[in-house]
Amino acid sequence: MRRMSWFNVTALTLGFAFLYIPILILIIYSFNESKLVTVWAGFSVKWYGELFQNQAFLNAAWVTLKVGVLSSTAATVLGTMAAYVMVRGGRFFGRTLFSGMIYAPLVMPEVITGLSLLLLFIAVGMDRGVMTIVLAHTTFSMCYVSVVVSSRLVSFDQSLEEAALDLGCTPFDAFKSVTLPIIAPAVISGWLLAFTLSLDDLVIASFAAGPSSTTLPIKIYSAVRLGVSPEINALSTIMIGIVAFGVITASLVSKRNIARLKREEKLAVQ
Amino acid sequence: MRSKWGSVVVPDQAIGGFMQQDDTSNEFSPWNDPTQTPLIEFKGVTKRFGEFTAIDNIDLKIYEKEFFALLGPSGCGKTTLMRMLAGFESSTAGVITLEGQDVAPLPPNKRAVNMMFQSYALFPHLTVAENIAFGLKRSDMPKSEIAGRVDEMLALVQLSTFAARKPHQISGGQRQRVALARSLAKAPKLLLLDEPLGALDKKLRQETQFELMDIQEKTGTTFVIVTHDQEEAMTVASRVAVMNHGQLIQVNTPDRIYETPNSTYVADFIGEVNLIKGKVTPLNDDIVEIHWAEGEQPLAGRSSETLAKGNDVTFAIRPEKVAISKERPDKAANMVQGEIIDIAYLGNLSTYYVKISTGQTIKAQAANNRRISRRSYTWEDPVWLSWTDTAGIVLTR
Repeated sequence: MRRMSWFNVTALTLGFAFLYIPILILIIYSFNESKLVTVWAGFSVKWYGELFQNQAFLNAAWVTLKVGVLSSTAATVLGTMAAYVMVRGGRFFGRTLFSGMIYAPLVMPEVITGLSLLLLFIAVGMDRGVMTIVLAHTTFSMCYVSVVVSSRLVSFDQSLEEAALDLGCTPFDAFKSVTLPIIAPAVISGWLLAFTLSLDDLVIASFAAGPSSTTLPIKIYSAVRLGVSPEINALSTIMIGIVAFGVITASLVSKRNIARLKREEKLAVQ
Repeated sequence: MRSKWGSVVVPDQAIGGFMQQDDTSNEFSPWNDPTQTPLIEFKGVTKRFGEFTAIDNIDLKIYEKEFFALLGPSGCGKTTLMRMLAGFESSTAGVITLEGQDVAPLPPNKRAVNMMFQSYALFPHLTVAENIAFGLKRSDMPKSEIAGRVDEMLALVQLSTFAARKPHQISGGQRQRVALARSLAKAPKLLLLDEPLGALDKKLRQETQFELMDIQEKTGTTFVIVTHDQEEAMTVASRVAVMNHGQLIQVNTPDRIYETPNSTYVADFIGEVNLIKGKVTPLNDDIVEIHWAEGEQPLAGRSSETLAKGNDVTFAIRPEKVAISKERPDKAANMVQGEIIDIAYLGNLSTYYVKISTGQTIKAQAANNRRISRRSYTWEDPVWLSWTDTAGIVLTR
């Protein structure tokens, strides 16, 4: 391997430090014995224990999980359908308008999305709760799913679908038994993206949430306003752990798959 | 070069025989039999994409068990014609019938037609066997018979040991055979092949051409193949349709297309040809004289059309029918003198580029049945070119 120049080493160190020092400090202080966040008083895992005793946090986590799964599933179905129409539908009336409107939420300020949803829920007389958060999250995350899925569909060999039709599939059967299995990785990553966005979201959720349905970000935010507690640090560390585990597993799996594919292709040529 | 074309100068008796070959033979030629009903018929079919006319008022009949080739440069409409048969495009005007039935209302999944795609379009998430079974599972074949049929198809394309592999685990040539097996599995009345050998290297392509012919004969399926490779079309097809700008220029057997092209376009597209423009003077029977240059002996040729004196025509002659010699030939219907300006050595053959007095270059091809060192003429040598009065063709368009 080539030795890196001092400039590259400095740039790398500074970059990593900038990104990860805040997180590192948070993780360290989650193991702090002291109740005071800024004073180190020895190693302890007691805040993790207390966290699991705290019913309010556990409820919020459960709501967040429910909202995440429901909204990302709905967003994946709608987003995939939208992407399919955009890529395969040819030039139908209003296509440009439709594509523009699908991608609009990507650039729309969250506050505006949240506010308009709130007005809608009030106008139709919907009680705010888990359902309204799910609807709100579906609305803004489906455009991300459709971006991911349509980029896969563009590079998809259309003759595969034609072959399926030619062999006797109805258009729906062709989509179900050929297109969907092939674009599945994109659909799954779309789902994961939507799930992550839903987990992260504070602004839109706070517009759509009701008194009985607090998500974890809302709970954390309101708790921090009363002062940062070591429990919050512990909770954040757990979330970081889960995300890191997911990312590392996904990249390892895909790396292994690529290696296997290459090996098998080499075998096939022989 | 393949033997079918004849790579040596053909003696004139042979050509005479060739031209009158029709009818007497009892070989496969349903297109000459008016009592036969065609499997497919195009009646005045036109296809427009916006302003662009891809298919221009085509009439065509294709018969059962034919191996029919659509040949033409890219953009000539051959792929569109095929996609209309498969059901992926609908005609703007005209009718296409399959066994007498109008196919227009039938979607692709309801047609007894299968297609082998240029990219093979194998389903990457299914194994070779599952790919072949894909169409069968969606047909009315009982579940218990599917496995047997898949085995039969695998044996037909000699891939029985690869049944459990995925498409990315086999070679390009094997993928091509899986695609063929998959499209034949449902025993379609008509199989469409879209540039089926385009992705293979030359040697494999030639082997596969014969395999295709073999399989076509074994299964008795009607094949329609789209190709831009004239050699491929000539090798495999019972009849070839030469297309250009959405029109059929000529439809006939490979040998007739080669020996008696109906236009300079066909003559030039299929194989190599020398084209000489001139004015015609009819003599007796079907022999005509072509005045092509001041002070030169007129050329004698044969024409099946009735031509008026002074008509503009093009005289077409294949390089292999032009004899080249150092001495002036004793008796030949046509001869011109020139100078060798270039020699293309192809191993078994050499093509001589001979510049004649008018400045035109005539190609003459000769078999290298003697060693090069024994050759009696080389660059810049004056030579005589000669051919018989039946070797060339007089074309009016």
